[in-house]
Amino acid sequence: MPKPTPSLELVPQARAGNRRAMARLISRAEAGDDECRPALAELYRHSGRAHVVGITGVPGSGKSTLVQKLAQDIRASGRTVGVIAIDPSSPYSGGSILGDRVRMSELAADAGAFIRSMATRGTLGGLARASLDAVDILDAGGYDVILIETVGVGQDEVDIVKAGHTTVVVSAPGLGDDIQAIKAGVLEIADIHVVSKADRPDANRTVTELKGMLSMDLQPGADIWRCPVIATSVEPKSGIDDLLGAIDRHREHLASTGEIEQRRRQIAGNRIIKIAEEIVREDFERRRHGQFDDLLERVTGRRTDPYAAAVALLSALRENISHEQA
Amino acid sequence: MNDDNRSIRVLLAKVGLDGHDRGVKIVARALRDAGMDVIYSGLHRTPEEVATAAMQEDVDILGVSILSGAHMTVIPKIMARLREESADDIIVTAGGVIPDEDIDKLHELGVQKILLQDTPPDEIVSSFRALVEARGER
Repeated sequence: MPKPTPSLELVPQARAGNRRAMARLISRAEAGDDECRPALAELYRHSGRAHVVGITGVPGSGKSTLVQKLAQDIRASGRTVGVIAIDPSSPYSGGSILGDRVRMSELAADAGAFIRSMATRGTLGGLARASLDAVDILDAGGYDVILIETVGVGQDEVDIVKAGHTTVVVSAPGLGDDIQAIKAGVLEIADIHVVSKADRPDANRTVTELKGMLSMDLQPGADIWRCPVIATSVEPKSGIDDLLGAIDRHREHLASTGEIEQRRRQIAGNRIIKIAEEIVREDFERRRHGQFDDLLERVTGRRTDPYAAAVALLSALRENISHEQA
Repeated sequence: MNDDNRSIRVLLAKVGLDGHDRGVKIVARALRDAGMDVIYSGLHRTPEEVATAAMQEDVDILGVSILSGAHMTVIPKIMARLREESADDIIVTAGGVIPDEDIDKLHELGVQKILLQDTPPDEIVSSFRALVEARGER
C-alpha cells in the first residue's frame, strides 16, 4: 500500500491551485491530524487574499440554491469561487447526510469553482475550526471569493458567521414568526439581508418588515454601512446580480473605511479563543474520568450539588496537572 | 483524537437518466446511522460531475447507484475522469441492477465492490468499512 503524501509536500501543490491537494488537506484538517498542523500553518501565512462571505438563515430559506446562483454570477464576473457547505451531523450516530451539493449541480463541471461539504460533527468549535482551515486552504489555493454556507439558525452559525468579512442573512417569505424568533440573534449580524423566493406573493411583506426593523437603528454619517434588503428569486432569476453588487460594495466599504482590519482582528481573535477552548475541553474529557464517577454518585444521591461537584472536579484536575508539571 | 473525527466519507451518486432514488436514499440513511458522512449527488448527474465531486469532497468511497442498465457506459467514464483528476485512490463501488455477466467487466474497470439491489443495508455498511480499512491511511 503506498505511503500517504506528507501534508507539507501538498502545500506547494495546493498553493499552485491543485484541487486534489486542497481536497486532501481539507480532509486532514477535518480529521484534526497533528501531522497536518505545520502545513495548515504554512497555508495560513499565505492566505488572507480572498473575500470571505458567510451565508446563513433559517432551514429551508433557500441558502444552497442561492449560493449556487451567486457562485455562478461570481464566475461570470471572471472570478473564481470556493464554497464550504455545512450541514448538521446526527446527534445519535455522528454521521450525516450532506445534501447541499444536490442544489449546486450547475457548478459541478466548472474548474473555477470548488465545492466542499462539511458536517458539524456536533463538537462545539470543531465546526469553526475545520471550516476555517478549509477557508484558509481555498484562500491560499487562489480562490477569489469564498462562500461559507452554514447550517440553519442556532448558536453555531453566529460563530461561523463571525468568520466572514461579509455576512448575508437569508430570510424566506411566509416565516414571519421565525423572523421574530431570530431578531435578536442572527438578524443583527447581517451586513446584507436577502429575502429569498421573491416570486412568492408574500415576499414584499417580509422585505417591508426587515426594512422597518433596520430603519430603527439608522445612524447618520457617510461612513456608516447601510444594510441593504435584497429580494432574490431563482426561478425566474432576479436579484442575484444585486446581491453580488452589494457584496462587492460591502468589500469596498470595508477597505475604504479601514474596517477590514477590525474584522480581520475579530476573526483571528475568535479563532484563537475557539481553538484554545477546544484544546481545554479535549484535555478535560481525557482527564476527568477518575474523579467524575465518584462525584456523579454523590450528586445523583443529592449528597452534594452539581455546582460544588464541578468546582471539586476542576480543582482535582488542576492538582493533577501541577503534579505532572512538577 | 476520537474516532468521530475520522468518519468515513461517502459520495452516493445517481448518473444519467436513471430516476430511481429510493434505494440510494435508504443506503444513505443506513450509512449515516453507522456514523459516516454521506454526500448525495442528487439525480441526473453526468459521470464527469460525479467524479469531480468525489475529488473535491475527497471521499473515501464513491458509490454509484444504477438501475437503468447504463452502467457499462457510465462507469468507464467515471473511472477515466477520476484518473484525470488524479483521484483514482478513491474506492469506487456500484450498486443496483447489474447483470451477472457485467460484474467481472466492472471489476476489471477498477470497481472494487458490486452490491446488488438485494444487499441488506448492514452488509453495505460492513463492506464499506472493510474497503476503507483495507486501503489503509492515505
